[in-house]
Amino acid sequence: MQGNSTGRLRRISASKMFWPFVVLGLILLFNLIFTKGFFNLDIRDGHLFGTTIDILNRSSQIMIIAIGLTLVIATHGIDISVGSVVAISAAMAALLIGGKLVLRGDVQEYVTLVPMPVAILAAVGVAGLAGGWNGLLVSRLKIQPIVATLILMVAGRGVAQLITNGQIITIYYKPFFFLGNGFLFGLPFTVYIVAVVLAFTLFMTRRTALGLYIESIGVNPTASRYSGIKPERIIFWVYVFGSICAGIAGLIVASNVKSADGNNAGDLFELDAILAVVLGGTSLNGGKFYLGGSVIGALIIQSLTTTIYAQGVPPEITLVVKALVVFAVTMLQSESFRKMVFGRFVPVASATPQKESV
Amino acid sequence: MQTTTRPLLSMSGISKSFPGVNALTGVDFRLFPGEVHALMGENGAGKSTLIKVLTGVYKPEKGEIVLGDTEIRPESPQHAQNLGISTVYQEVNLCPNLTVAENILIGREPKHHGAIDWKEMKSRAETLMFEKLNVDLDATRLLSSFSIAIQQMVAIARALYGSSRILILDEPTSSLDETEVEQLFGVIQLLKQEGLGILFVTHFLDQTYRISDRITVLRNGELVGEFPTATLPKLELISKMIGKEYVELESMPRTGSLSDTKDRRVPYLQIEKYGRKGYLAPFDLSLHDHEVIGLAGLLGSGRTEMAKMIFGIERPESGQCSIDGKKMRIGSPKEAIDAGIGFCPEDRKAEGIIEELTVRENIILALQAQNGVFRFLSPKKQSRIADEYIRLLNISTPSADQPVRNLSGGNQQKVILARWLVMNPKVLILDEPTRGIDVGAKAEIQKLILKLCDEGLAILFVSSELDEVLRVSNRVAVLRDRVKIRELTGTDMNEQVILQAIAHGDENARQ
Repeated sequence: MQGNSTGRLRRISASKMFWPFVVLGLILLFNLIFTKGFFNLDIRDGHLFGTTIDILNRSSQIMIIAIGLTLVIATHGIDISVGSVVAISAAMAALLIGGKLVLRGDVQEYVTLVPMPVAILAAVGVAGLAGGWNGLLVSRLKIQPIVATLILMVAGRGVAQLITNGQIITIYYKPFFFLGNGFLFGLPFTVYIVAVVLAFTLFMTRRTALGLYIESIGVNPTASRYSGIKPERIIFWVYVFGSICAGIAGLIVASNVKSADGNNAGDLFELDAILAVVLGGTSLNGGKFYLGGSVIGALIIQSLTTTIYAQGVPPEITLVVKALVVFAVTMLQSESFRKMVFGRFVPVASATPQKESV
Repeated sequence: MQTTTRPLLSMSGISKSFPGVNALTGVDFRLFPGEVHALMGENGAGKSTLIKVLTGVYKPEKGEIVLGDTEIRPESPQHAQNLGISTVYQEVNLCPNLTVAENILIGREPKHHGAIDWKEMKSRAETLMFEKLNVDLDATRLLSSFSIAIQQMVAIARALYGSSRILILDEPTSSLDETEVEQLFGVIQLLKQEGLGILFVTHFLDQTYRISDRITVLRNGELVGEFPTATLPKLELISKMIGKEYVELESMPRTGSLSDTKDRRVPYLQIEKYGRKGYLAPFDLSLHDHEVIGLAGLLGSGRTEMAKMIFGIERPESGQCSIDGKKMRIGSPKEAIDAGIGFCPEDRKAEGIIEELTVRENIILALQAQNGVFRFLSPKKQSRIADEYIRLLNISTPSADQPVRNLSGGNQQKVILARWLVMNPKVLILDEPTRGIDVGAKAEIQKLILKLCDEGLAILFVSSELDEVLRVSNRVAVLRDRVKIRELTGTDMNEQVILQAIAHGDENARQ
């Protein structure tokens, strides 16, 4: 019995998802003790309000981007153009929706330039095209992913400004605001968007062979090819999917701020998203990936930011505090560090001798 | 003589375990100055682990290591190196994207006013390579631009640099051709005279007997014994290594010669005038079911090139290929697999296994690739297939969910074999399937090849060991300098004829 339960403990703590959960738990615990009203939930107009809900809502964009980026990183790639793709998608949505004041009967009303579903599809479609460009460079032309996506990272903001003609376009069409600000069954609508994206991605990677292909390519593309997988094709579509995720996030951004700003929309999102993926336990070396971990990673980042504000930490040192916590998390995830500090007390996945007899 | 000298190194009671495996249990090992000591054992016997303990990669749980007069505890390879223990590992552990000089002198670059003295570096590296190893090269070229054999030499040069007292050679000859082996042995003799203790690990028995003074045998992580080479007959050594009376490899059942029937049947795979300039001269080859064709030739003679071309990894410029009498174009591994061909590559680590994935995932990979994205094998089904082949091929692993990198070389090879057998292939191309694995596993794989052939597979078998090629093949194709020069059957299939062909070419084939 004893051996069995310690064995389970060992398995759980050796799992990559363990440490992200611990860290998120610690942050929440800290808030439970030190931040007044952190877990308070009010019901206003039938919607839930409160700090925790706010964190969920605010982290949704990074969550969605991180989900797509997880797959890219699992192929031993990287996509640093996601922030720019957010801007492109937001610009596209703003341009197509805009908002025109018309009189309907006696009431003044804003209507879309093109139907909203068309605008949304177009925005996500453009994002997908951007991903196709990245995918082409990486998979066919064999350009190193960081260089290939750097091109779009720089050029993408230009493209976004071209789409909006250098202006910041304001959106007046109300139904579009629902995407980033609406509530459904008491919860922010963004939560449902994340849930759908996550569920779709989980299904595609764990209920089809895609996950195995991606991991296999990430570890050893040559051996994968010799086994009959076509790495080029998979890598191409992974980049397309990553960009589509960024495009969806772009819609939320545009809806949130009710405008599109080619210069600032999605600024530095790529870094937060990469951080979320890494915090979630997926290695930048590719291979095994953890979608749930990436979502937790995004939650960690957002709850950390919120906590720091709630604690009234002076703005000039917020970034330092954030960096310290991130540093601590990455240390915890490092097997060498855990061995160095905790010695044998912390079970380590591959190196600890197993002496229990069954 | 040696009883009067004190050992240079003595390890006693060394124990080390890993999840589910006791890699070493109370192993002793001694090394005297000026001797070549061979460490022998099957896969998983603990040879690599013992070496890694000595070089500070692993820390032993028990036991002590005495070097000279002082007890040492190597903390890291760097530390061991500083203590005078240098290693050349089985797989070349160098940086292919750096120059030869950088690889040899990395971490100890000659400095001039604080900046690296590149000229001095080049000359030191070249002098070392030339004087000690008799290799003349331009040390400013990238390592990757040289053959694996030269890369191995560079690794040895790197280990020799500085003041070593012990040199560990872990399978140094597995990718060298005969002249290069001679060269290496010359170097070893020289170093012996300088008083170095040399620990030598190899799977080539002949080499062990040629170069070593003493042999220590390990089995299943335990010490079997230490013997002077001169008094230990080969057969006895093998029986000590595999722990049972020596199974006469020679007495393995040979498949009946099919040379008389084969002409009447359509070959499953027929290749005509496949070739590419600068890669492989046009060749013909036909493969029948129930047949093993051996490819013989020296390293770099075009054996691997031929295998890769047939499997669609390298495209031919000319020629054609037919499967079961129908003309086909095989331009990628995927197409080759669809045509019923499987391929175990020579470089197991770089081209075969997916290290971080589990044994189960490695086994079902090709099948799943064949099935496509949406016909997903459920984890349950995967486990069933994996377990079946683990049992069938006798793969020793704690479970199917163990990352494949935790397995020994021979077992990794079996995992790759399993990956193809799952596919029910018609043709299996095996490029050096027994490279770097021990006698026992070697015999096991050879037997498996014959069994598969009996069951109807056509097998293309590449090996640098001639007796192995002769033992399992029905026909042998000989390659020389990227030209297929002869095909031998029946009584022509013997060592003399093949060596003759390799050495002098074959006038008849040139025409």
